[in-house]
Amino acid sequence: MTGRRTVIPFGPQHPVLPEPIHLDLVVEDEFVVEAIPSIGYVHRGLESLVDRREYADFVYLAERICGICSFTHSSTFCQGVEGLMDIEIPARANYLRTMWGEYSRLHSHLLWLGLFADSLGFESLFYNAWKIRESILNEFEATTGGRVIQGACKVGGVCRDVSNEFLSGMDKRLDDIETEMQEMTKVFLSDYTLKKRLVGKGILKPDDAYNLGAVGPVARGSGLAMDVRTSGYLAYGDIGVKPVTTSGCDGYARCEVRCKELFQSADLIHKIIVAMPDGDIATTVKGNPDGEYFSRSEQPRGEVVHYLRGNGTKYLAQLRVRTPTLTNLPSLVVMLAGAELADVPQLVLTIDPCIGCMER
Amino acid sequence: MSSAEKSPWILHYNASSCNGCDIEILAALTPLYDVERFGIINTGNPAHADIFVVTGSVNEQNKEVLKNLYDQIPEPKVVVAVGICAASGGVFRDCYNVSGGIATIIPVDAYVPGCSVRPEALIEGVVKAIGVLEKKRALFDNGGAK
Repeated sequence: MTGRRTVIPFGPQHPVLPEPIHLDLVVEDEFVVEAIPSIGYVHRGLESLVDRREYADFVYLAERICGICSFTHSSTFCQGVEGLMDIEIPARANYLRTMWGEYSRLHSHLLWLGLFADSLGFESLFYNAWKIRESILNEFEATTGGRVIQGACKVGGVCRDVSNEFLSGMDKRLDDIETEMQEMTKVFLSDYTLKKRLVGKGILKPDDAYNLGAVGPVARGSGLAMDVRTSGYLAYGDIGVKPVTTSGCDGYARCEVRCKELFQSADLIHKIIVAMPDGDIATTVKGNPDGEYFSRSEQPRGEVVHYLRGNGTKYLAQLRVRTPTLTNLPSLVVMLAGAELADVPQLVLTIDPCIGCMER
Repeated sequence: MSSAEKSPWILHYNASSCNGCDIEILAALTPLYDVERFGIINTGNPAHADIFVVTGSVNEQNKEVLKNLYDQIPEPKVVVAVGICAASGGVFRDCYNVSGGIATIIPVDAYVPGCSVRPEALIEGVVKAIGVLEKKRALFDNGGAK
């Protein structure tokens, strides 16, 4: 049998991949027997800079771990430093961080849905998703000044305030965005061709998902209700979050989770804007971090962990980041085994790979 | 003006960028900025490309890939380095696995500054690169004589 096996390289440069990852696909006829990933094409060694940049400046570097989850990385890092130094940030800063975090989930999921449609050859749907995404980026630009890298977080709070009048405007504009998203997700969830290429493809059983440490929409698509937001960090404790889960365990289920999470995020933003407290947006920060801290939060792709160790100076002794894509990679290997070669591109995308995050 | 200048096709490669510039390149292709109105199309095949759009600071593992892709693009070709990382390594300059800019590996014809770049700046950079491409084409058609 082994004589009939062929190895097909996939990546690092591939039309469906905006980022480089390499897979060696061992195929027998048209079926993938084994997928062997190799990584390292985007590794820069960012964590090592932590002993040469002051902790207050490193926030901007943490933001550049990844251009898609940029806001979540900076807020998770700030949360970590604040945990080390026992800083309580003002309630308004907490709510603003939560709001921007949810906006970045919207922008990330819309980006993914677009790329996913493109990988299936559905170009008009790709353009539609990215058109809606631009309205989210406009809100980012109006409130923080940046489109994808915002620079809005700092240790002790946030850098910019948003006026209450503007917030109510955002609330109204979000209604229109929701209507547009409703139309778009209808196509994703009921189109014949899309269903044909997704239902029953890339099965990840709940047990496998649990044992392999899947996080985020990959785990939730296999019926595991895992969402760090339920731990109540930032303002999620006040607002309340119920994880979106589906039980399909296939590519379609993971797509469905992300579609539903769009509306969950929009719902959360509405609640945050209504409950937005008045007051300061930052506290003064004195002293240097000391001790160890694990800072967790829910990125668009799943749980991200920042481990920080301080030594009483303005430079941290160590930073270690564990990102969702790395923990979802073993699940991808399981999904690809037995898949048809033609389904590989979109199955790779169903885990929403973010290589910039993964390799830093 | 030859067909390549009227409708230049771009090849995009992420050479250890953070993604920020890459998603802005894709944003430039989608309805709001719509570079397709200038005939610019994103291709996945280096053999079809005229303009090589590269982001990121280049590391040990991807420099061979970058060189390979550059060699596979037919002459005349231009390279656009997108973002401050591609120009000099940017904020990652001091990292251990960063070679510091695209120009350390392949020749660059246009730089687009920014972190991350704005789609407007990117479009301007590509339009400048088309000018360079035209000159290179004239030179190429002349068999290298000026």
